[in-house]
Amino acid sequence: MAFTFAAFCYMLALLLTAALIFFAIWHIIAFDELKTDYKNPIDQCNTLNPTVEKLKKIKRVKIALKLVLPEYLIHAFFCVMFLCAAEWLTLGLNMPLLAYHIWRYMSRPVMSGPGLYDPTTIMNADILAYCQKEGWCKLAFYLLAFFYYLYGMIYVLVSS
Amino acid sequence: MSAPAGSPHPAAGARMPPKLGGAASGLAPPQQNGPAPSQMQVPSGYGLPHQNYMAPSGHYSQGPGKMTSLPLDNQCDNYYSRPYTVPTQNVGTPSSANQPGAQQMYGRGPPASHMGGSTPGSIQGALASASHPYTSASQPYSSFGNRYSSPATYSASSSASQGYPSTCSHYPVSTVSNVVYPNVSYPSLPASEPYGQMFTSQSAPSARPVNDSYSGPSTAVTYPSRPPPPPSQHHHQQQQSHSGYSSVPWSAPGLPPAQDNLIRNQMGSLAPANNRPSNNENVQPPKSSSIVSTVLPGPSSTRMPPAPSHPVGPLPSAPPTPEQMQTKVRFPGPSHAGCGKWRLNRDPGLWGTCIGRMRERPPEKFAIKGMQYGDYVNNQASSTPTPLSSASDDEEEEDEDEEAGVDSSSTTSSASPLPNSYDALEGGSYPDMHSSSASSPAPDRASEPNSTLAQALSAAPAPTAPHPTKVAKPFGYGYPTLQPAYQNAAPPPSSGGGHPSGPGYSGYPQHYPGVNQLSSGLGGLSLQSSPQPESLRPVNLTQEKNILPPTPIWAPIPNLSAELSKLNCSPDSFRCTLTNIPQTQALLNKAKLPLGLLLHPFRDLTQLPVITSNTIVRCRSCRTYINPFVSFIDQRRWKCNLCYRVNDVPEEFLYNPLTRSYGEPHKRPEVQNSTVEFIASSDYMLRPPQPAVYLFVLDVSHNAVEAGYLSVLCQSLLDNLDKLPGDSRTRIGFMTFDSTIHFYNLQEGLSQPQMLIVSDIDDVFLPTPDSLLVNLHESKELIKDLLNALPNMFINTRETHSALGPALQAAFKLMSPTGGRVSVFQTQLPSLGAGLLQSREDPNQRSSTKVVHHLGPATDFYKKLALDCSGQQTAVDLFLLSSQYSDLASLACMSKYSAGCIFYYPSFHSTHNPSQAEKLQKDLKRYLTRKIGFEAVMRIRCTKGLSMHTFHGNFFVRSTDLLSLANINPDAGFAVQLLIEESLTDTSLVCFQTALLYTSSKGERRIRVHTLCLPVVSSLADVYAGVDVQAAICLLANMAVDRSVSSSLSDARDALVNAVVDPLSAYSSVVSSVPRSTLTAPSSLKLLPLYVLALLKQKAFRTGTSTRLDDRVYAMCQMKSQPLVHLMKMIHPNLYRIDRLTDEGAIHVNDRVVPQPSLQKLSAEKLTREGAFLMDCGSVFYIWIGKGCDNNFIENVLGYPDFAAVPPKMTHLPELDTLSSERTRSFITWLRDNRPLSPVLHMVKDESPAKTEFFQHLIEDRTEAAFSYYEFLIHIQQQICK
Repeated sequence: MAFTFAAFCYMLALLLTAALIFFAIWHIIAFDELKTDYKNPIDQCNTLNPTVEKLKKIKRVKIALKLVLPEYLIHAFFCVMFLCAAEWLTLGLNMPLLAYHIWRYMSRPVMSGPGLYDPTTIMNADILAYCQKEGWCKLAFYLLAFFYYLYGMIYVLVSS
Repeated sequence: MSAPAGSPHPAAGARMPPKLGGAASGLAPPQQNGPAPSQMQVPSGYGLPHQNYMAPSGHYSQGPGKMTSLPLDNQCDNYYSRPYTVPTQNVGTPSSANQPGAQQMYGRGPPASHMGGSTPGSIQGALASASHPYTSASQPYSSFGNRYSSPATYSASSSASQGYPSTCSHYPVSTVSNVVYPNVSYPSLPASEPYGQMFTSQSAPSARPVNDSYSGPSTAVTYPSRPPPPPSQHHHQQQQSHSGYSSVPWSAPGLPPAQDNLIRNQMGSLAPANNRPSNNENVQPPKSSSIVSTVLPGPSSTRMPPAPSHPVGPLPSAPPTPEQMQTKVRFPGPSHAGCGKWRLNRDPGLWGTCIGRMRERPPEKFAIKGMQYGDYVNNQASSTPTPLSSASDDEEEEDEDEEAGVDSSSTTSSASPLPNSYDALEGGSYPDMHSSSASSPAPDRASEPNSTLAQALSAAPAPTAPHPTKVAKPFGYGYPTLQPAYQNAAPPPSSGGGHPSGPGYSGYPQHYPGVNQLSSGLGGLSLQSSPQPESLRPVNLTQEKNILPPTPIWAPIPNLSAELSKLNCSPDSFRCTLTNIPQTQALLNKAKLPLGLLLHPFRDLTQLPVITSNTIVRCRSCRTYINPFVSFIDQRRWKCNLCYRVNDVPEEFLYNPLTRSYGEPHKRPEVQNSTVEFIASSDYMLRPPQPAVYLFVLDVSHNAVEAGYLSVLCQSLLDNLDKLPGDSRTRIGFMTFDSTIHFYNLQEGLSQPQMLIVSDIDDVFLPTPDSLLVNLHESKELIKDLLNALPNMFINTRETHSALGPALQAAFKLMSPTGGRVSVFQTQLPSLGAGLLQSREDPNQRSSTKVVHHLGPATDFYKKLALDCSGQQTAVDLFLLSSQYSDLASLACMSKYSAGCIFYYPSFHSTHNPSQAEKLQKDLKRYLTRKIGFEAVMRIRCTKGLSMHTFHGNFFVRSTDLLSLANINPDAGFAVQLLIEESLTDTSLVCFQTALLYTSSKGERRIRVHTLCLPVVSSLADVYAGVDVQAAICLLANMAVDRSVSSSLSDARDALVNAVVDPLSAYSSVVSSVPRSTLTAPSSLKLLPLYVLALLKQKAFRTGTSTRLDDRVYAMCQMKSQPLVHLMKMIHPNLYRIDRLTDEGAIHVNDRVVPQPSLQKLSAEKLTREGAFLMDCGSVFYIWIGKGCDNNFIENVLGYPDFAAVPPKMTHLPELDTLSSERTRSFITWLRDNRPLSPVLHMVKDESPAKTEFFQHLIEDRTEAAFSYYEFLIHIQQQICK
């Protein structure tokens, strides 16, 4: 039992995936709030002052939408780590998502800064629904990946 | 800027001297400090206005802040003063001699030679200190202090009545009253509610400048006021019409509150002493407690006696009749009932629907469900009010305000119900409405506004299909099924005229006095047993030669009971693609038709009830405005028709100011009209209503000067300066740009306009923030000087670059404190600074049949700028006058997302292309004088179960149902795609409501509400029967534009073809029993293939024909932003033969006889050489003259001896004194009058080169790249059979 580079990769990935899960949840919440924004604020928050609530909400949405790029970078980062560690199976499992991220970023709307979401089209029901679905899928993927990395880490630690 | 002229404003005079000195003498520090101290007086005199507007200060402080970074400083004095004093000192601007005023270089680029000895260093100190005065003193509103007398009122928390000075009687209406009421606590709130309603009867909206000209209460007939039943001080009714203006008839909205103020004062409450005078002044207009009822007959009201002033006294003989009632009833519905079945999309990706289950419900279900209306929820729920905190200071959202606005409305709960009418009300029918509508059909008609077109055509031979709806169903009761209407349908086809007008309908309800009778009479009837209604008559498309009816096509009338139909919104403002809403998404999917709304919310209206009321009654849960389709459960409660919540009727709503009766909430104008306008209270404001602010940003590069648009523009502006919509606060400013940006100081008191040049385009700043946008009235002479000088100022310029982006940034900075309208004139690709663009068009690809690239923007600079502008309530309107490619796809973004509009004049030249110049001139006239609404938001609500999917138009979508519109203009149209989220089985009616909250150019906050009600159906046949082809085609066009930008043009074209193939194949496979080998369509859909073919041949979507990229993009922009009426003319022009006009079927408008030639199909086979034809394409008219055209016609109408003598470029018809000339001209004038933008006339001689322009509109013909109509049908048939 030795602490190899591969084990280190798994550990790192484990931590980062936890962060990614957090991002994904935030992402889902953000889009859900965008979607349900029109609902009556009275119903939504009986106790809270709606204005305060609303302010908070908007900030949260903005933050969540900014997390996209970090998420992609983190994922790409541990993919590279796995490549270095020659963990082919793990890398293979991550490739589809990596490819998806690249494609998604390539086909983003024209914009000068980094970012993925165009405020003028985001309210389109199709796009909103797509983004929500994307969020749920990613959450599931990261959750599974989290346990896989846990397993992978232990396996590497034990086997080496 | 500063105070309105004539108002007793100490500061107004006081602040001028330093300026004057500054301009005339050497001036210096005064230039900066001068305004500051003197302006400070304004706030002090009127109570800290700037408290309220923190936003602007940020902006202004930026100006000086920028300056601190200037390298050359310390010379702050110099910086400002020297250049002013020495006008000709500027080095480096060759044209300085031409400049009207001093010209100077700001900026650090070339550290300005005129800066001579200035040492870079430390302007900081000086400017920093100067910046403070700027921030606090130069608030745009502060100088208007006397309008918003005291900001405290807006915070709505102060209870002191602030006494509006005399000039401010426009908007503050309810502000004050709201503030006042809480303290005064009238026992009889409702009765004393100031209330006003008025109808305008302006009749020629298109021709008229539609500015909110409150021409004053001029010809008022005053009735003595009469105290209403409950004790009350006063109530007002004002009914007034302005012939000159469409919809803002509100004469003196300030009156009611003024009275309240007075009362308050009399009651010894604490109005500050210094407010008294102004209060008195407010009260002074004596009509405040009287009924003012004026009707100025509109110029074109000829058929009807110009509605004599409605007696609005205690005994109204005629209920207010909204315009749409009449129009509805009058149009003989071409199609309506029916049966037919369809399926769904072949292309779910595009149309965004998914194929669902097919489920059909037996009709009995409906009978049961239908009861739901009568079965009111006895929900005393009104006891759960969660009073919203006054949201006037809500962080950002107008809508919040809108939301928060009205909770005070539902506070009353104890009162005397009228037990007699209880039953009837419970049943939901309006007994009184029955009687009133039934008994007074004549007044209805008499009071009808003479909406020319509508009337004209209802008089003309009617469309073939009679309107089948005959059965009156009392509102709110069962609607057991909708089929009854279809049953009674199938009138003999010979009765072609249908029921053109009201009486026939209104008589009906009497036959069904009892609800029970009715439902039993209708029960058990089913569609199958009934003969097929006209709109479902199968039409064999390939066999039918003349598919196009000879008369214009009208919107189908929803299959509602007569009362509801009458109350329903006019199809001109509000249309749905399916007038019968399918019950479930599955059913919609089967029908494969697009479901959506087409809106024209700010249309020029001839008649619009304007309501001033303390409380605007809205549903507490969904915030829907009360509308004609709500049901009154009893005297005290009403049930929302969108969310079904039961709400309280506020006390004051029980009093009807129109009839002066108490206890008849259902007779209030809000409940009698589906299009109403409310004067909103301060709850609906985030800040005091902004003044009208107009900024013109003009390209003056060599290219622009060469094209010569400046003279046209300046002349138009000079002509229309007095007609610009606005009030005494109106402000205006000018900027020009080439490679530098030029500002114009027009501050009142200067001897001539001063030009200030900023050459630092990388970091634009405003040289002097407070004198660039000036009060129109105070600086009128300077403005006129500038406009006269402008066309010649740049005549020798050699500058070819265009720094559009920086100019826009500067404009944004200039406008952001107030918001308003920026009009940008651009003639070439922007080539400098931020937002510069490259040419992306490859001319060789223009006629490519493959991929068309570059339909989307190249940069997001303009989009971002537009979003910033939108956030600051600024709209950017783009006038693109270019001869080369200018990347409209990118530039258009600045207007698209800021709710602006786009005008494009390809190959504009003022002398070489006179028709374009004429068009620009006419467009400008309309543009400058049309009505305008500022800082607007539009919310669209629909019945629970439906949801909005995608919006089309120029705006920014701020929330799922909220559009943010910095400006709204009467020529803007919108489209919305809808989804059916939940099945609508438990309702038989769905409603849609748009509420447009805006600030009028008079500084009033208003809400215009349209409500549309449609039936729900459960069978495919009914869905097909209710298709509104024109609406569907417009929605398809919008969707296709989106598709071609997001995907590709060929995708969009395929999707369009599928949009025909799918419904037709669904129809033939499900509904019809005809053999599959023929291509059949229900009559309601028979025009679908034709229109789709027309769409495919539009510039926007055509392939294979040479189309410039900008033209294509412009066509797409138009499709997105034009309202339906105009768009339809663009898609499918109308062709008339005009060489044989007769008086047969002619109509009379304004004592003119207007002949009504029949529509010809758009095919060359119709063009005989012996004829002359007029094609109406919406924005352009073509007159095609055949080679063998009768010489009589040429001589009598065109004024030339024979065909050969007719010049190739004619744009006007001569005024000849012959019968045929008169007929032709009156017909063309009539066509022109019906649209806002006056079209340009082109004469096209047979065999002249210009005829390709004309022939490209003949969409039924084959072109080298596209199908003919018949081929297209064959193609569709093949697709179906596949």
